[in-house]
Amino acid sequence: MNIEQKLAVEDLNARYAEAIDDDRLEAWPDFFSADGRYLVTTAENVAQGLPLGIMSATSRAMLRDRIKALRQANVYEAQRYRHVLGTPRIEAANGTLRARTSFMVARIMHTGETILFATGCYEDRVVLDEGGAHFAEKTVILDSRVIDTLLAIPL
Amino acid sequence: MTVHTSPHQWPAEGLTRVPYWIYSDPDLYALEQERIFRGNTWNFLCLEAELPRPNTFRTSNLGDMSVVVTRDSNGAIHAFENRCAHRGALLCLLPRGERKEFACVYHNWTYDLAGNLTGVAFRRGIGGKGGMSPEATPERHAPRKLRVEVLAGLVFGTLGTDPPPLEAYLGPEIVRGIRRVMRAPVRLLGGYSQSLSSNWKLYMENTKDSYHASLLHMFFTTFRLNRLSQKGGLVVNQNGAGHISYSMAADVAGSEYEKAKMRSAQDGYSLEAPELLQSVDEFGDGVGLQILAIFPGFVLQQIRNSLAVRRIVPQGLERSELVWTCFGFAGDDDRLNELRLRQANLIGPAGFISMEDGAATGFVQRGSRGAPRELSVLEMGGQGTSSEESRVSEAAVRGFWKAYREHMRM
Repeated sequence: MNIEQKLAVEDLNARYAEAIDDDRLEAWPDFFSADGRYLVTTAENVAQGLPLGIMSATSRAMLRDRIKALRQANVYEAQRYRHVLGTPRIEAANGTLRARTSFMVARIMHTGETILFATGCYEDRVVLDEGGAHFAEKTVILDSRVIDTLLAIPL
Repeated sequence: MTVHTSPHQWPAEGLTRVPYWIYSDPDLYALEQERIFRGNTWNFLCLEAELPRPNTFRTSNLGDMSVVVTRDSNGAIHAFENRCAHRGALLCLLPRGERKEFACVYHNWTYDLAGNLTGVAFRRGIGGKGGMSPEATPERHAPRKLRVEVLAGLVFGTLGTDPPPLEAYLGPEIVRGIRRVMRAPVRLLGGYSQSLSSNWKLYMENTKDSYHASLLHMFFTTFRLNRLSQKGGLVVNQNGAGHISYSMAADVAGSEYEKAKMRSAQDGYSLEAPELLQSVDEFGDGVGLQILAIFPGFVLQQIRNSLAVRRIVPQGLERSELVWTCFGFAGDDDRLNELRLRQANLIGPAGFISMEDGAATGFVQRGSRGAPRELSVLEMGGQGTSSEESRVSEAAVRGFWKAYREHMRM
């Protein structure tokens, strides 16, 4: 890993979290490569070797469907997130970068109620090409098995 | 408005009215634990597959009481209260695992996998001093044992003194509905929980409310996964405690939704990645959806190829945990396994067709908080609790209250 790679991953992380927190969800799929994979699961499932996800997608098209459904079909109370990300630990191997980043996400309801909604780590595979840095794979591993009420906005 | 002076008096209208104090009265909560969850009801504890080998255990719940479910060295399944005979501490602090005995961490009293007290630390004291008198019988305070029955891979338990046998409690239609889904040895796919800001009963009413499915869950309707105009039906058992709502996978829908300009029939919404909805008719009967719920707190779900058990754990008057466990079968090929995992996007806290349920029950809790003496209205599909072809009905919700009132003697 060189310093450019490290900066590219940190920049990708920062822009990713900012897009979600600023409710620019339509931009969210573009942080992934065209066949990028996204999985939200729990540490408990991972520890047991169980494959189930709370949310999953295997292409940018599926990620766009997720956002379309949130905007047009699903019903949930107005809410926002605030991501706080740790420093990623990065390993370079075979042309891709593996990054592990801790996160905490607060959920702010329209009523003002703010809770610590999710903590965990991102286990990512990042590709760097002419188009910039993208997630080829992003696995969101939640520390807790419990989600408060619902998980509408992606993490 | 009818004013009810005694808070525990059911409205004269019967099952078509539910008083809002039922979700907010703190005295009722304790009474429900005793008369329903620790009474003559059968409670789903876990999948048999969660106890895969001899000497494995799983913790579960009977209402808000913690219980341990085990498979002993001979393969027999037991369930007992997670409470030490000595001071009442939890005996088992882990959700699952493997062991030959349980030892309470507090004073190291030990138990076998059937919940029998097998050892009291320093019972005879040390060096002839201390310890218990030879007449002491701490065994008499051992954790209570549940009666356990296993039906098609589902483990149920009861603490009731006089419960009917499980199959009699469920009735033949519900047993058939369970066997239809639980067709082979289970393979676990994983799980998670949802913390709901509502009384446990609101979630069970939600699962028994076939009327709301296509109105609240717009994803369902828009993609014609379940419209009330689709062929299907509602089965409610004799005592009201069990119900099945089902619909056929093929859409033979008319245009009732479009005509009524329902929010849930928006045009112009198509999936860019329609493989999300790919499924196979694994049960060979064309039924695309079967929701089966059993009083007090169990749901068996088949939504296309997405299979799950859900159990509701009351955590106080206005808080419940909904525990989801998703599964397939040991004989599934890679293709079917992949379909199940992809269709998991439809269910759970982030489910395209289920996320709203987590919020809707909270909306009722918050909306009705200031109106304990007002009544909710359950008149869709008449006043009864019998099975019918139409799912534009609240017959299964009324069935829930029929069972509730019987157990609560209300």
